[in-house]
Amino acid sequence: MNSQPLDFVPASEFKQRAADAVADDHLRKSFRGAMDFLIGKRAAQFPDAAALESQRSLAEHIRKYSLARLPELLEQLERKLTDNGVQVHWAETGEEACAIIVGIAQRHSTKLMVKGKSMVSEEVELNHAMADAGIDALESDMGEYIVQLDGEKPSHIIMPAIHKTKQQIARLFADKVPGAGYTESVDELIGIGRAVLREKFMSAEVGLSGVNFAVAETGTLCLVENEGNGRMCTTVPEVHIAITGIEKVVDKLDHVPPLFGLLTRSATGQAITTYFNMISGPRKPGEKDGPGEMHLVLVDNGRTQAYSDEQLRSTLQCIRCGACMNHCPVYTRIGGHAYGTTYPGPIGEIISPHMLGLNATHVLPTASSLCGACGEVCPVRIPIPELLVRLREEAQHDARPGHAPLRGQGAAKSRLVDAVWSGWAALYTRPALYRAFGWLATRFRALTPPMQGGWTVSRTPMKPAARTLHELMAARRKR
Amino acid sequence: MSARDNILRRLRAAPQGEAPLAPDVPAFYAAVNASAPPSTRASRIELFCEKMAFWRGEVVRVRRANWPQELRQICVEKGVRSLLHGEASVHAEALKAAGIAGLKPYDRPLGEWKKELFEDTDAGFTSTRGGIAETGTLIVWPDASEPRLMSLVPPIHFALLDADQLHDTLFDAMHAQRWSDGMPTNALLVSGPSKTADIQVTLAYGAHGPKELVVLLLVNEEEMQ
Amino acid sequence: MNTTGSRHYPDKPAKVYLFGTCLIDMFCPEAGMNAVHLLEREGIEVLFPADQTCCGQPAHSSGFPEQARAVALAQLQLFPEPWPVIVPSGSCAGTMRHHYPEMFADDARLHAQASALAERVFELSEFLVQVARVSLTDRGGPARVALHTSCAARREMGTHEHGRELLAQLAAVEVVIHEHESECCGFGGTFSLKHPAISSAMAGDKVDALKETGAETFLSADCGCMLSLNHTLQKRRDGFQGQHLATFLWQRTGGEGGQR
Repeated sequence: MNSQPLDFVPASEFKQRAADAVADDHLRKSFRGAMDFLIGKRAAQFPDAAALESQRSLAEHIRKYSLARLPELLEQLERKLTDNGVQVHWAETGEEACAIIVGIAQRHSTKLMVKGKSMVSEEVELNHAMADAGIDALESDMGEYIVQLDGEKPSHIIMPAIHKTKQQIARLFADKVPGAGYTESVDELIGIGRAVLREKFMSAEVGLSGVNFAVAETGTLCLVENEGNGRMCTTVPEVHIAITGIEKVVDKLDHVPPLFGLLTRSATGQAITTYFNMISGPRKPGEKDGPGEMHLVLVDNGRTQAYSDEQLRSTLQCIRCGACMNHCPVYTRIGGHAYGTTYPGPIGEIISPHMLGLNATHVLPTASSLCGACGEVCPVRIPIPELLVRLREEAQHDARPGHAPLRGQGAAKSRLVDAVWSGWAALYTRPALYRAFGWLATRFRALTPPMQGGWTVSRTPMKPAARTLHELMAARRKR
Repeated sequence: MSARDNILRRLRAAPQGEAPLAPDVPAFYAAVNASAPPSTRASRIELFCEKMAFWRGEVVRVRRANWPQELRQICVEKGVRSLLHGEASVHAEALKAAGIAGLKPYDRPLGEWKKELFEDTDAGFTSTRGGIAETGTLIVWPDASEPRLMSLVPPIHFALLDADQLHDTLFDAMHAQRWSDGMPTNALLVSGPSKTADIQVTLAYGAHGPKELVVLLLVNEEEMQ
Repeated sequence: MNTTGSRHYPDKPAKVYLFGTCLIDMFCPEAGMNAVHLLEREGIEVLFPADQTCCGQPAHSSGFPEQARAVALAQLQLFPEPWPVIVPSGSCAGTMRHHYPEMFADDARLHAQASALAERVFELSEFLVQVARVSLTDRGGPARVALHTSCAARREMGTHEHGRELLAQLAAVEVVIHEHESECCGFGGTFSLKHPAISSAMAGDKVDALKETGAETFLSADCGCMLSLNHTLQKRRDGFQGQHLATFLWQRTGGEGGQR
């Protein structure tokens, strides 16, 4: 089970991966089809545009309010959970988070940990750390199970195996699952996964889950899922460890229904998921199942950096619905793997720089045409295009005065690019020079270079017109 | 300095603009409700049934007087050989009295019979704390008498829902039942049988949990249809 | 983005300013001229400040705010009278309308000036429909066209319906909807230079979708999108080409084929 390559490719290889991906017709078709499906399902959930906007306003308000009170809400959450019998841990980095979880697992002499879907556990590379400690960490979400079995990473945060066809999965199961024959029936394939994983739920000593919302008021961890593997992981093993980013906390139980309703509708176009699992503590005396021991690991891993800037903080409003990637024309073309980060698509482009530093990720915020589709569908109104522009700036400049530098600040700084933009500004701020340039460019249009960098990869070169609009308008004035 | 201290320190050092007012969620739902025709018991029942059917949950309308007999009949039809129920639940006696075959109380800690629960239990029967019409959802609060796995591990989940306990929305249910006064160790919303669309976005039921969900909806005689 | 709330529109003015945009200036001036003709036919005098250059968007979206601001500042002074400023491009109009006030947020005087200017900025088709309230008479034969609604027009300016409304006034013109109509054409300014593989894939899909409609031509109110798609088609040696909406409207309604 530990055969998967446990590191992502560096984001610096993004361009090559993206080029490979767009050249893969099969991948293009499957992502396009799947994204169209999800876009359609979401749209059907929001027939009334005005109603949607009022829901988004409320959800945005709730998230902004939660973030404004984040430190106190985290302390309240910790207090409540501790009262409920949950052990709360804090981790500044991914390594710290892994060390905490490995430590708990080792105290219980764990051989097998079953995992419900948790993107934060992917983010901190938990499976890697568990493997190093000799502990099997088995993904139990069907999609996650499939990609883990094939030694891959998820390509979508909600639909991890969306890049695979059923034929590929049929072959994978026939090859890798002992006793499984080749079948292309989706029901039978799911049945195979169910049987394998039920065995594992029974034997695992530790279950791991993520968290969708952590409610400070009651000390309640909310998990959203359709399959039931999350419930298995949080109920059957003796120890349950939940891992979450520090931004997931909300103040009141009241704040959950609006966010939950938008999350499922935005993600998969469902009014609600099969299960909404609210966990407030380990089993009490007399209760016959549920974990005897429960932990929550609160992970920073760059989130406090985003938090430290009032504009970038809105990144943390995210409830991980994936609608931005479903609607992103870039994601639809290249799929999730090309990004080389745990979180692909627009949300990945704005959050990965905080987790991994701009050194490794500065190309990601440039991988957008700023079409605005992501911002348009974001249920909590994260201004994703504006954040992309901001990160482009931070990657190419020193920190703004009065702002602490981001990790990898200025990683994409280039004298040449600086000079190009300075020259551009010099031209476009001097009208007489600009008109002279226009005059020359139109007169010497025959000399336009035939190769124009990226533009001419699939386009003919840009060629100036015979006369500029300035000249045409000036000529009219003279008439 | 601990990780906790460092994280909290960094958060507290961050610039804070004007603090937003607390969101008025009750006002939002009040406005939503005011803009729609008021719900009635009949409309809630109808909507719940429609939505639950959409999730592939089966809804069977039953009478207070004889629902255990109805359940027995359904168990026979579905070939249920063993039915897990709450040991000390208020319904235990009624189930026995109805003569349902293969009744099995959840009367031991999980560790003592995990294998049997997973491999040799056809169905589970639980009560519910209510339902949500808008989304076709059951509110299930497991406890010492009706443990968590009863609604998850057996391939069929039977759930008894009193139509008196149908609420319009999750928000309404949370308020009417005063959840914020204290949550149980585990509380669940269940909308249909377990499912997945992880293989080529094709929907398949019975991913890890029940393959079937049967809701016994307790209604008055005139609502039996 | 998503700032597409309903907007208060003034009465039809006697004069307007035209902000021609740098792309139209250099690469498709006929679109600018046709915009002028359309406005003049409505009895509106068009003022074209000769010192205009570019709205500053390329630097702004590339992460060079200082340079963007310098260029924006050079435009800020050019429209002193209270006439509307007409921009035949959704994305440039979006920059002036939404980003100018932000760019000068730290200077009260310039911010007030930028905000006042932003209030007067209209995308051409928006202005023709909502302010000039044009009534077009179609003089052409039956034609089938597709309309590419640019992302900025759609999401930043909320004016993508205006192009449709103008075309609906043309009796013999049938507007066909293409697959994934709301999707980006892949231009994205410097995006097309930085990520040619992805940009090309998006442009390729867009021209396929436009062609599949069986339209004779496609129209766009944004010169950037139009150029990107036309040059993509030319590279494929495909005769299918797009036109700026202003050019098409002018030609269909009695203009002389646009000036070149």
